[in-house]
Amino acid sequence: MQKLNPTFDIIIVGAGVVGAACAAECARAGLKVLVLDRGPVGGGTTGAGMGHLVVMDDSEAQFALTRYSRELWNNLAPDLPKAIEYVQCGTLWVAADDQEMAEVHRKASFYTQRGVRVEVLDAAGVAAAEPNLRPDLVGGLRVVEDAVLYPPCAARWLIELALARKAQVRTGTAVTALLPEGGVVLADGSRLSAGAVVNAAGPWSPALHPGLPVRKRKGHLVVTGRYPGYVHHQIVELGYLKSAHAVGTDSVACNVQPRQTGQVLIGSSRQYNAEGTEINTPILQRMLRRALEYMPGLGRLTVTRCWTGHRAATPDKLPLIGPIPGNNKLWLATGHEGLGITTCLGTGRLLADLLLKRPTEIPAEPYAPARLLRALETKPQECAIS
Amino acid sequence: MRDQLNILVNGKPVTVPPGTLVAAAVAQAGVSSFHTSVHHEPRGPLCGMGVCFECCVTINGQAYSRSCLTLCEEGMEVQTNG
Repeated sequence: MQKLNPTFDIIIVGAGVVGAACAAECARAGLKVLVLDRGPVGGGTTGAGMGHLVVMDDSEAQFALTRYSRELWNNLAPDLPKAIEYVQCGTLWVAADDQEMAEVHRKASFYTQRGVRVEVLDAAGVAAAEPNLRPDLVGGLRVVEDAVLYPPCAARWLIELALARKAQVRTGTAVTALLPEGGVVLADGSRLSAGAVVNAAGPWSPALHPGLPVRKRKGHLVVTGRYPGYVHHQIVELGYLKSAHAVGTDSVACNVQPRQTGQVLIGSSRQYNAEGTEINTPILQRMLRRALEYMPGLGRLTVTRCWTGHRAATPDKLPLIGPIPGNNKLWLATGHEGLGITTCLGTGRLLADLLLKRPTEIPAEPYAPARLLRALETKPQECAIS
Repeated sequence: MRDQLNILVNGKPVTVPPGTLVAAAVAQAGVSSFHTSVHHEPRGPLCGMGVCFECCVTINGQAYSRSCLTLCEEGMEVQTNG
């Protein structure tokens, strides 16, 4: 095969918040970057998500990446444009029974040992913090420095950072195949070469890497009109941990977020084997009933919109960040499931550090694609992601 | 059936025939800004069919109610938020 001079150092496929963060970091390092997306910036999973910046403790690796990334976000906070609607509202994990209260104490100890600021609240503390929650909750855990933001504007801001650092961005440009020698094939048949290609296409990433262990996990969200002060924290039921981990079954959990506009964002649902974007009414009903169990007054608020999106889920709940085994021209930054808004900044840093063979600030091995896959076939083929 | 309904718009009495939408009664009361956008710009009825949410007012204490979808009732209290 003819050896081409690469036109770009890095081509990133996907202008969601993960691709955008990777572009900003690679461009900051002086690499010649091109970002391609078949749609607009932040038009896929990013635009459908809640925008919760949260430290999670499912595993040490998940904790390490979420804490690293949340710190990066919080350090940027003074520089973020207003449109991003960053608010450090904290997360309030609420316990409905003694078993969940035991989980509050376990989490409190886990976070405290690792230097994350938390406060344990009793029933009166929860009622004072969130008067619209039902009165008989047992207690809760406030993770003080968690935050929320508006994801599509965050993606656009990261893309603007990349552009300011001389990156190029082409939206409305579909990639149909990745070239194992470094490059992409576009929908019009033309080819672009690069030193390395990063597949940051989220739930659509397997279309470009057949066999990639990333599955679409559908979610529903509801947003209300503006009721300033109705909710103060991102409120998540501790039952969430049970439902979010129930692999293979449809699940819902109470997850309510205050927006800076005064709107209330209500989630969440998780479904595999649900490729369509349509609203699934029974799931939506279950999700809202669950939210009403925790916040009975929510039913009096006006809903302005319901929508769905797909998360990119991996079997072990950790993203894929790094090269495909056996091919250092093809890289992955995908599989962030419901944590991509939080972990995009850490992902961008890790990816740029690995690409440039710099030391990483946290160990990158837990996220290495090699843990889940052997060398994948990457022969050019028509597998348009439509 | 009553010939006329009496409602309050921002505390001001307004008399309308049955079948009148709250949006029309608010307009009859001389209010043009029903609520304000997130950037504090005045907003009023646009689509007239419940889709745009620009006509939202507080009706009998219920905030963010669409005045274009709600019929006036005797004694109703309407508060605009413009």
